[in-house]
Amino acid sequence: MTPQIAMFLVLAAVAVAGAVSLILQRHPIHSALSLITVMVALAGLYLLQGAEFVAAVQIIVYGGAIMVLFVFVIMLLNAGEEERTNMSRMARYVGVPLGVVFMIEIAYWIGSATLHLNAPASGVVSTRDLSNLLFREYVFPFELTSFLILIALLGALVLARREESE
Amino acid sequence: MNEFAAQHPILVVALPKIVVLLFVLLTALAYLTWFERKVVAHIQARWGPYRVGPHGLLQPLADGVKFLFKEDVTPAGADKFAYFLAPFLALSLAITSIAVIPFGPKEFSVFGQSTPLSITNLNIGLLVLFAITSMGVYGVVLAGWASNSKYPLLGGLRSSAQMVSYELALTMSVVGVILMAGTFNLSEIVNAQQGFHWGFVPRWNLIGSPMPQVLGFFLFFTSAIAETNRAPFDLAEAESELVAGFHTEYASFKFAMFFMAEYASMITVSCLATILFFGGWLSPFPQTPIWAWTHYIPAAVFAAAGLALIVHGVRYITMFGRVVLPAMGVALCGLGVLCGQPGVLDFVQGPFWFLLKITIFLFIYVWVRGTLPRFRYDQLMGFGWKLLLPLAIFNVVITSLAIVWTQR
Repeated sequence: MTPQIAMFLVLAAVAVAGAVSLILQRHPIHSALSLITVMVALAGLYLLQGAEFVAAVQIIVYGGAIMVLFVFVIMLLNAGEEERTNMSRMARYVGVPLGVVFMIEIAYWIGSATLHLNAPASGVVSTRDLSNLLFREYVFPFELTSFLILIALLGALVLARREESE
Repeated sequence: MNEFAAQHPILVVALPKIVVLLFVLLTALAYLTWFERKVVAHIQARWGPYRVGPHGLLQPLADGVKFLFKEDVTPAGADKFAYFLAPFLALSLAITSIAVIPFGPKEFSVFGQSTPLSITNLNIGLLVLFAITSMGVYGVVLAGWASNSKYPLLGGLRSSAQMVSYELALTMSVVGVILMAGTFNLSEIVNAQQGFHWGFVPRWNLIGSPMPQVLGFFLFFTSAIAETNRAPFDLAEAESELVAGFHTEYASFKFAMFFMAEYASMITVSCLATILFFGGWLSPFPQTPIWAWTHYIPAAVFAAAGLALIVHGVRYITMFGRVVLPAMGVALCGLGVLCGQPGVLDFVQGPFWFLLKITIFLFIYVWVRGTLPRFRYDQLMGFGWKLLLPLAIFNVVITSLAIVWTQR
């Protein structure tokens, strides 16, 4: 077993454990902490693939900015522990079968895929190459995405303001 | 031994480096508290710590022992896991960030293994630093929330909002430097600042070309002070309003860990300011033969400090001081003589200038704390979002224009 595979297994285990704990935890803050663990483990996986920049940005944006906002809002609303209720009829007769089908589907695709765990395809992807791709070849989709985010932001702002004036 | 080192470079080179750096850093943290108390005391016309050891030099040790033996109280309603996690998160992240800081240009060899004067030299060093800083918020947030008490909660909320706000300005303020250096690698950023205007003014990024980063530096340092929750931006722990802010319910060594985390981030920010804007380990003097005497400055400084300490120490009030202070003076003189030796002379240049610049920044940190009154909270948020962030974006635009203009 090479160090890469060992690292991959550890990080993957941490990510999966974090994701499971995210669902099972009863307190929102604990769920948020689990999600942060998943984010950091994912960053580790990116780093293992040689994507340094993506790994750092994953931690800065998701781990640092977005999750801090989550935790902040949870703290501000002082959300308590959630109550466990029995499954609704909808969840029991539609949700569970669909979930099982989905799981089988994923298991089938993972099982039939060939694994390339050994090494990143082309070594370390430098920030320069990445930015050349983003701002030369894929500049239109990139700008379009940022435009979408801007629209979402404006929409949120408009909704919040209307509530205030009434 | 050399073969063993070649087979296990991590064990022989990296691990001892980490241990040595940790030891130095933790000692520096302890004495930074002494330094801060002394400087603030003198600003306020007091003497500061004076009783524990000569000039209070053993005060950090006494404080450490006190922290260790105090009762470690956990509030009854606290969320145990998060309550314990918070100080660990704060301290470990603050200390980790020092790993990417390069302390000098020279490689030195341990058992035939050549290694740089930093724990790692990453291509994305700066980004890693910002990633660690952005995770550092959780220590404060979790501490505030997990204590299950109103003052820590308010302090935690305040400081998380503050840190998130100022992180933007902090990151944007260094974009100018990255544009000029064309890399995230901290060693390469320093190397890009070599050279001199008109033969004697160093081309550090602060006054570099094509666009001097004076604005960038002030934005960086201001938002960094806010990011590390230091005065005048220490609203998270405003005593008059929030008792002690997020760490009100923490006692004993858990409190000490928050304390150490704060000082470790101060050191990291000073290192970063030095590397990004003040040429890192580069000497302020040109490397021409006329200026060759400047290589003896480290030796002269240490020797002079040692002599002064001996002269002062023999007349100290206490018997203990009359022994310890001259002994320290002799050690400093010895260090000075060592720095003047031909082999050592070149090696100490980088670390000496780097440490000198860091010390100056740490002094400014304390100076600011001793001088400026605390912001009001709405002023703080307005200052960050309405002044620092637009100025940082303006700096990015101007710098990019200057670079495009000169490269045309």
